[in-house]
Amino acid sequence: MSTVEHGKAVEGPNGNGKPYKVIGTRPIRHDGVDKVTGRAKYGADVRLTGSLAGVVLRSPHAHANIRSIDVSAALALPGVRGVVIHKDLCDPGNRMLELGEGAVNLRHLSNNVLAADKVLYRGHAVAAVAADTVHIAEQAAELIKVDYEVLPAVVDVEAAMLPTAPLLHVDLLTDELGQTATKPSNIAKHFRFESGDIEKGFSAAKLVIEREFRTATVHQGYIEPQNATAHWNADGHITVWTSTQGSFTVRQQVAELVGVPVSRVKVIPMEIGGGFGGKIRVYLEPVAAILSKRTGKPVKVLMNRSEVFEGTGPTPGSYILVKLGVDAGGKIIAAQAYMAYEAGGYPGSPIGAGAMCIFACYEIPNGRIDGYDVVVNKPQTSAYRAPGATNAAFAMETVVDEICDQLKIDPLEFRLNNAAREGTRRVDGPVFPRVGMIESVEAIKNSEHWQTPLTGKNQGRGVASGFWFNCGLKSAASATVNADGTVSLVEGSTDIGGSRTGIAMQLAEALGIAAEDVMPTVGDTDSVGYTDVTGGSRVTFATGYAAYEAARDIQRQLVERAARIWEVDPKQVAYEQGSIVGPGGKKFTFKELAALVNKTGEPIIGRGAVDPEGCGGAFATHVVDVEVDPDTGKVQVLRYTASQDVGTAIHPSYVEGQIQGGVVQGIGWGLNEEYFYDAAGTMKNATFLDYRMPTCYDLPLIDPILVEVPNPGHPYGVRGVGEVPIVPPPAALANAIAHAVGVRMKQLPMSPPRVLREILAKKK
Amino acid sequence: MAKKRVVSTTINGRQVEFLCEPRQTLLEVLRDTLELTGTKEGCSNGNCGACTVLMNGRPVVSCLVLAVETEGAALETIEGVAPVEGLDLIQQAFLENAALQCGICTPGFIMSTKALLAENPDPSEHDVRFYLSGNLCRCTGYDKIVRAVLDSARKKKLAAAAK
Repeated sequence: MSTVEHGKAVEGPNGNGKPYKVIGTRPIRHDGVDKVTGRAKYGADVRLTGSLAGVVLRSPHAHANIRSIDVSAALALPGVRGVVIHKDLCDPGNRMLELGEGAVNLRHLSNNVLAADKVLYRGHAVAAVAADTVHIAEQAAELIKVDYEVLPAVVDVEAAMLPTAPLLHVDLLTDELGQTATKPSNIAKHFRFESGDIEKGFSAAKLVIEREFRTATVHQGYIEPQNATAHWNADGHITVWTSTQGSFTVRQQVAELVGVPVSRVKVIPMEIGGGFGGKIRVYLEPVAAILSKRTGKPVKVLMNRSEVFEGTGPTPGSYILVKLGVDAGGKIIAAQAYMAYEAGGYPGSPIGAGAMCIFACYEIPNGRIDGYDVVVNKPQTSAYRAPGATNAAFAMETVVDEICDQLKIDPLEFRLNNAAREGTRRVDGPVFPRVGMIESVEAIKNSEHWQTPLTGKNQGRGVASGFWFNCGLKSAASATVNADGTVSLVEGSTDIGGSRTGIAMQLAEALGIAAEDVMPTVGDTDSVGYTDVTGGSRVTFATGYAAYEAARDIQRQLVERAARIWEVDPKQVAYEQGSIVGPGGKKFTFKELAALVNKTGEPIIGRGAVDPEGCGGAFATHVVDVEVDPDTGKVQVLRYTASQDVGTAIHPSYVEGQIQGGVVQGIGWGLNEEYFYDAAGTMKNATFLDYRMPTCYDLPLIDPILVEVPNPGHPYGVRGVGEVPIVPPPAALANAIAHAVGVRMKQLPMSPPRVLREILAKKK
Repeated sequence: MAKKRVVSTTINGRQVEFLCEPRQTLLEVLRDTLELTGTKEGCSNGNCGACTVLMNGRPVVSCLVLAVETEGAALETIEGVAPVEGLDLIQQAFLENAALQCGICTPGFIMSTKALLAENPDPSEHDVRFYLSGNLCRCTGYDKIVRAVLDSARKKKLAAAAK
């Protein structure tokens, strides 16, 4: 594996000029044994005495008014304990709630959890039943009579924007560049980012290329379906056990939707079987809570796979037009984009992020980006790994490649020539601090992969870059010193990919103890300070920062304790490399002093609470080799190398894992994954058989190159790594296909029928 | 509703009798009746492999097996893989190779790996990818899983040689 390890040479403020001891090593994760033995408890594994099973009834129509709902037959079935519909939720009002990676309108959220007077997509939840067994609940759900007035559906962003399109919301007035339109439409918002003068730029350009792109709706595809167990206790306190990316955001969403203060809701985060952005907004939790209130028993609700596809947030399909103008030397002079993203049934696609990312890898002197957020009769979109950026990069990076081909410029040289760097101003305004775009390109340039020529027939190589912001947000941790010289760490970030170990390692590094001597636990909402979602590539950065602060707090207290024991001024005592050092050669190791803590005074508990700014953006550059079967259009990935500026890699294996996993999701998005709809707006492939995600048989090994440009905004230089790896793959694959068989793919996925169609069209 | 049946099986080497309805899958009975929740449900229609268990030594997706079909069968689930103390070499290799992120697919992958190595103790990378293609993982991109399986095979060979 061509992994580059620089981590040990990098210094943090606590490094005392010495290389790191813990950071950059690869300890076995703390939750590992539980996860390889089947003992780890995920949301669906919760077992409470006397609990009932809940089942959600979903709309069979993509668009319909609900005239009435009759639940009497369901309630009459023996074994049924309760039924809920929309009016059993509390109306949270027309307000926005920040979820951490995107905001949600609470009234829309409430309508999405259980439809009020209208269903906006097939799979939209309409009612829910609690019964003694799941089989009875399923039978009861079928007995609920919903009288629908079926309406024409629109499931495509371009069709939804036409003035003749069926309207999803009669009261949706477009926010048109800040002005409210007078007539309703499916366009929730049109915004524009602008810099320089694009007309001037394009007229000065030597070469201008303009292309249209379309991308399909795809799903996050986590293997664990959504689940929730709730108990509404007689004292009015609600406990929720669920798999979520953010226990505190679940707490707030549930409180808002059932109408209680946040302190009445305790969320116990279970182990989570993947999320990728899809497990931030709530679906089942408020339903389980209301069913529990109604029945007086704990209620557990699980989704099946079809419900996950049809009822939870996919990422948007999109239409994107990119126009790029360069001078004779291949320097970008002007760039323009028109981007329309499907939001699903309610406004709120990741169009804002997509528009901010589309040109972010480059210096763009003159730019304009028009973004449109459009409602369609599809499930409400959720975040999916760098939400909005992958669609955008597919369009932009394909046009860049075509320009390179036409001007006969090496695609890596083009990127080095145009790369965003410290001081580059994005079209949407912000100026980059120190970033690693150039380093990510250079790492590919120097890679064995790039330097090995590709010679086979129907084979081609493609390159693409990508950007994602990352975010900081709030995190909290507390850490208790144990008498045996270990530390128990409680942190608030639900752990999807080994993050509790990456966080524990930062605490261990700061205290100068071994990673194995820190016992990390993900706390529930009553046990740990407020912590934002596991998303935005923020956990190792921000919650790691909180753990670092907790360690510093422990250091201060240990110094004071040693001074008390030695009867000296604390100013004469220092914390150095895992030891507490005093005047006259006095010294305690961490372990020695830890053993004395409870014998010499109060317990020592460190606290860390942060809201850090400088998360720093992430850049990635990927190269892929493919072979295209000219008779079938099937694309085989032969080799893949992904380089990325990762800041400091705390646990390199899990950094590599983030890159490899993101790349493969991007390959799936690029080559195979898509929601198929019929004219009525019914998804025709709501199973893993027909919604085909990559299997290990479809893939080669994925080589990550970790480029470590320490982030100045974090004590150990950590930079978010999780999201950007999904951004370049579809574009890199499209460029590789172009070089293999000479066809430019402008629609995702680049499935065999589509590729074959282009190959055959070219032959004519 | 049809009457419940008594089914006698061996699970992880222990004789087990359970009651189930004819419509219940093995997956449902393992998880809900026998509290063996290490076997995971990802799709319930045989496409993700998360619920893989061994039935008479062969890997099956327990969501497609009716519980009544296991009468007289020997079943092995993830709970039966580790010895009394410590871990099986496959489990150890998954940990050392960081072959899991969220971990929900891991029990299924470990069961499939166990079956693979029983059939083919010295698999190539291609063999591994072919055999495990019925197990979906969405987190890792499979790279570290494939390496862990190859490492498991090496570890098992070394252990056998040392005996």
